[in-house]
Amino acid sequence: MNDKPEKLIDKKGLRLDGRKADELRPVKLEVGVISNADGSAYIEHGKNKILAAVYGPREVHPKHLALQDRTVVKCRYHMAPFSVQERKSPAPSRREVELSKMIRESLEPAIFMEYYPRTMIDVFIEVLQADGGTRCASITAAALALADSGIPMRDLVVACAAGKIDNTVVLDLMDTEDKVGSADVPVALMPNLNAVTLLQMDGNLTREEFETAVNMALDGCRKIYAMQKEALKTKYVNVGEEIKEEAED
Amino acid sequence: MAQIITRVKQKQITQMIDNEKRMDGRGLRDYREMKIEQGLIERAEGSARVLLGKTEVVVGVKIEMGEPFPDTPNEGVLTVNAELTPIASPIFEAGPPDEDSIELARIVDRGIRESKAIDTEKLVIEPGKKVFVVFVDVYVLNHDGNLIDTSALAAVAALLNTKMANYEVKEGEVKIKPGYEKLPINKRPITVTIAKIGNKLIVDPLLEEEQIMDARISMAIDDDGHICAIQKGGSGYFEPNQLLEASKIVEQKAKEIRKKLNW
Amino acid sequence: MPILLERKQLVTPGDLIAEGEYIAGENTFAENNKIYAARVGIVEYENKRVDVVALKAFYIPRAGDIVIGTITEVGFNGWTVNINSPYVALLRASDVLSRPFKPQKDDLPQVLDAGDLVVAKIVSYDRTHDPQLTVAEPGLGKITRGQIVKITPTKIPRLIGRKGSMISMIKQETGCNIILGLNGVILVTGKTLEDEQLALRAIFKIEQESHTSGLTDRITQMLREEKSKREENKK
Repeated sequence: MNDKPEKLIDKKGLRLDGRKADELRPVKLEVGVISNADGSAYIEHGKNKILAAVYGPREVHPKHLALQDRTVVKCRYHMAPFSVQERKSPAPSRREVELSKMIRESLEPAIFMEYYPRTMIDVFIEVLQADGGTRCASITAAALALADSGIPMRDLVVACAAGKIDNTVVLDLMDTEDKVGSADVPVALMPNLNAVTLLQMDGNLTREEFETAVNMALDGCRKIYAMQKEALKTKYVNVGEEIKEEAED
Repeated sequence: MAQIITRVKQKQITQMIDNEKRMDGRGLRDYREMKIEQGLIERAEGSARVLLGKTEVVVGVKIEMGEPFPDTPNEGVLTVNAELTPIASPIFEAGPPDEDSIELARIVDRGIRESKAIDTEKLVIEPGKKVFVVFVDVYVLNHDGNLIDTSALAAVAALLNTKMANYEVKEGEVKIKPGYEKLPINKRPITVTIAKIGNKLIVDPLLEEEQIMDARISMAIDDDGHICAIQKGGSGYFEPNQLLEASKIVEQKAKEIRKKLNW
Repeated sequence: MPILLERKQLVTPGDLIAEGEYIAGENTFAENNKIYAARVGIVEYENKRVDVVALKAFYIPRAGDIVIGTITEVGFNGWTVNINSPYVALLRASDVLSRPFKPQKDDLPQVLDAGDLVVAKIVSYDRTHDPQLTVAEPGLGKITRGQIVKITPTKIPRLIGRKGSMISMIKQETGCNIILGLNGVILVTGKTLEDEQLALRAIFKIEQESHTSGLTDRITQMLREEKSKREENKK
């Protein structure tokens, strides 16, 4: 049994992990981590550790699910049994089914679905370790995996949540804050189009608090977006630098 | 959920909406005619039937005794399930719940749960051991758009209609006494769904409007006008300012519905 | 007419590349007079056309392309061929036999079986049909020996080089015959295994460094160094 902490944010405005109200947890991104996949990415967001892999576009199985005018995107969000405090059964839960749908709907607007009729794009997400905000981190990684696979996209998709703890609107809730706090607002954004592709909320917020939370989450998204671009560019840059070094030898 | 809608019809609907009109003559902010009937299923502890235009949903509430969740030993349990029955639409198939029915159930669940509509602390029989479990089963009987608002409304109406058996605990055993008690309800959340078509936001989408919409957003509002749950759906997107506009529309519509229903 | 990004800039999907009277080329898309990147890659301009040379892309069939594929299934009047594309290709029995197919007489697996490699040409492809192949032209048909390697199809032009300079150089330096499938699959046939492997090394190096300059010289240098090393080892 875990004891619920009394205060989530202290008098100095510091949270349980020492962060300020508008501070993101550390984010680490890596692209192209699974050689068999057409595209892949790994994210560490706070204590979240999530892998995303993309296979496709490829033939549709079963054939009758193929669409004549566009590709079919399938998404599977799944949590490993050891990813949470109490072992989770490997069978898909209702929450995982809903999140698979939400994540797919957050990525589809970025994909040129009409380019590849009669094909299927599979997005697989495995949560290896969870600490609040897994759907957001999953979207961030999945978008990178899609870009890594060479599937043409209108924009990247990046996600971040904001919420309310102890009457303060804060950015990027970790698990304890989500469980004990009074609201959680995950948001996904296509940054160049300024388009919100995922928005959920649970808890209790006035309309004004909701507005503050959404804007805070969008800011968080834009910060993570810069890291996404870096992660994609790293592959190219490294090779270019190696050659320069060889030449200088 | 895909049903073919002709391009001609798509154009027709989109053009009308651009001119602030809809297929059924409504304005962009108007709900269809709403009819609520309660207590129609005697076998259930509570029930309600809601017709929103032609969309029809019946909700039955059953109460049983069970164990509380380990992390909430002093609270009763709420569980919501939804069935998109094959009766309701040519696109619904019989079988285990698919992602759409699971999403619908979880949206209705969050509206009730996050608003703390049910006073779950009053559902404890023996702390940590025995509590009342409230089963809310959403049955969609006809799909003509906006299953979310219809189901959410029917669920709350059914809960308001729910009676629990009186009981007493004697020598460690639960004995049923004659008489009934109403299920303790503290809040009456109202859910409003808005669809985006082109650059316009419309309230209470019809099935055909849902087939061509870019995206939808549903918000559950409690008695204090606070937002308790939000779910964006569909493969399109909203611009940030549209989200804020939607929240204002929802606030207004929820007030109107609350007044109309006297909730 | 403002150009926003310079040549050789690395872009990611959604990046704004140019605004004004430009034409959206490879791996870009246009919206409201602006051109955006659709894939990760490098910006290139040619006159008014804006292209992104993609880091990675998959092969979409085009009629007339030479491709190298693997037979995956023997059907009852033809074969299914994996051409390293989201779309699976079909090769009709009548095309291979050069006459109408007779089910009782012709034993298809004897002609081409699952696992066989073929060099083929795409006859037709459109949005509603899978690509059709033909092997009824000189230079096409079943592959019996050599090494097969896959690289991302966007790098094939770099491998060919300006006016074929890169690929000719590799063929010359290694003495190998090289068939470049536009679907990213390459067949290398040499006199010895060593020659073939040398060619493969060159191909991989080009794939890795395709976006850098001075590549042709570096590859030539590498091939010559490797060959002299081999001579040294033989002595």
